[in-house]
Amino acid sequence: MSQTRTSQLASYVSRHTGVNVAECYQCGKCTAGCPMAAYMDMSPNQVMRLVQIGDEAATEALLASEAIWACAGCLTCTQRCPRQLDPAAVMDCLREMSCKQGKASKAARKIVAFHKAFLKSVESGGRMNEFPLVRNYKLASRDFFSDVALAPAMVVRGKLHLKSQRVRDKAEIRRIFAACREARR
Amino acid sequence: MKTIGYYPGCSLHGGGRELDMSLREVCRLAGVELREVDDWNCCGATAAHNLSHELAVALPCRNLALAEQQGITELLAPCAACFSRLKGTNVRLARSAELAGRMREVTGRDYRGTVKVLNLNEFVSRLLADGLAAKLISPLALKVAAYYGCLLSRGQDIVEGQDAENPDGMEAALRAAGCEVVDWNFATECCGGGFSMSLTPAVTDLSGAIMRDARACGAEAIVTACPMCHSNLDMRQKGMGGDFQGAGRMPVLYLTEVLGLAAGLEPKALGLNLHFTDAMSAASARHAQPVEGSR
Repeated sequence: MSQTRTSQLASYVSRHTGVNVAECYQCGKCTAGCPMAAYMDMSPNQVMRLVQIGDEAATEALLASEAIWACAGCLTCTQRCPRQLDPAAVMDCLREMSCKQGKASKAARKIVAFHKAFLKSVESGGRMNEFPLVRNYKLASRDFFSDVALAPAMVVRGKLHLKSQRVRDKAEIRRIFAACREARR
Repeated sequence: MKTIGYYPGCSLHGGGRELDMSLREVCRLAGVELREVDDWNCCGATAAHNLSHELAVALPCRNLALAEQQGITELLAPCAACFSRLKGTNVRLARSAELAGRMREVTGRDYRGTVKVLNLNEFVSRLLADGLAAKLISPLALKVAAYYGCLLSRGQDIVEGQDAENPDGMEAALRAAGCEVVDWNFATECCGGGFSMSLTPAVTDLSGAIMRDARACGAEAIVTACPMCHSNLDMRQKGMGGDFQGAGRMPVLYLTEVLGLAAGLEPKALGLNLHFTDAMSAASARHAQPVEGSR
């Protein structure tokens, strides 16, 4: 009666996170404690269920979902899972897949743009600098006007530097980024 | 003078510079020298683990390898996110020889796993036990809520020796500083973290709920040890609505600022004048005079 078939998606997730989603019995505790559930188009336990199903339609729905990007990585689900699963790691894995395959949700455009702008700032100088981060984010998200009023207040407080902080060995940082990019299998 | 390795992370040079300033002041008082990891890089924060699982380990790994090479055995990472990424990397590398091998390829560095990473709460508890408690001569009579947030309470094998639902450590430090610590419900709730710019309404909702519970439970200030939490709670009060828009704003203090005040250090030297929500008046109004004979 019961099926023990493991979907291709479930195997991929298991290989990358060590999480065997088949062990999830859909109690919903992850969703109950999730502070971001209200901002998701599917709940964390539904994400786990779709990974279990893992057919083409389920995979498409997951990779294009807003839910995976609305996860804040707070680890509440992982802390409380009665099966000791790690939904937060599953979310990380799905986000990476979604981004790699160019399927990220349009509704999550600003969130994706922020993460990319952050890494761009780190790749170029080894450290995150608020000014280039905000500039890159605004250009990519076309969200030009929010928080503009905060900028001068941050400059006055020495919290927004026009001159970037960088590591000395910038070539090494670029090599690390390149190696990780190459390795994305 | 004792020495400890120091990983400030990007925030402590920018948005969270009060944490760096107050930490340095408190360490000076405690006779501890902070030895900054030479040429450290960003830990990758939220963005790296969202987009690349390898980068999320490789970036912290370079820092740990540098620290090891520079003879650092204990490394303080005051930012909760940096702490979680650095210590999480130690845990992952120890667990998987395959990952450790891969990181040697990616970083070109041979990290042997000898650097122990400490968070701010652990470090402060140690300072107090090592004699800092006796230097807190100017008790700060303030009712405070001790706020841990996510990454100082959760993360298996990362935050050690803590009950994830009911952490402690910060309370003892605050009581040593003379504060009254309120019993409240949101000590480990998420502030919205890295969504400050990209999903601001979620941050004002979540951070607002934290502030409201602290106030309902009698707190006059919230104390945090995380620069991301601090930025969300301190800078976003206007968007939280209700009392927090106007006169009813609530100061958000760093743990090290509270300790510095209790030691009688200058509020400005601790960075209290750099907050978005006024912290100077709360600190000075409530700052009791040095206690006679306690020196």
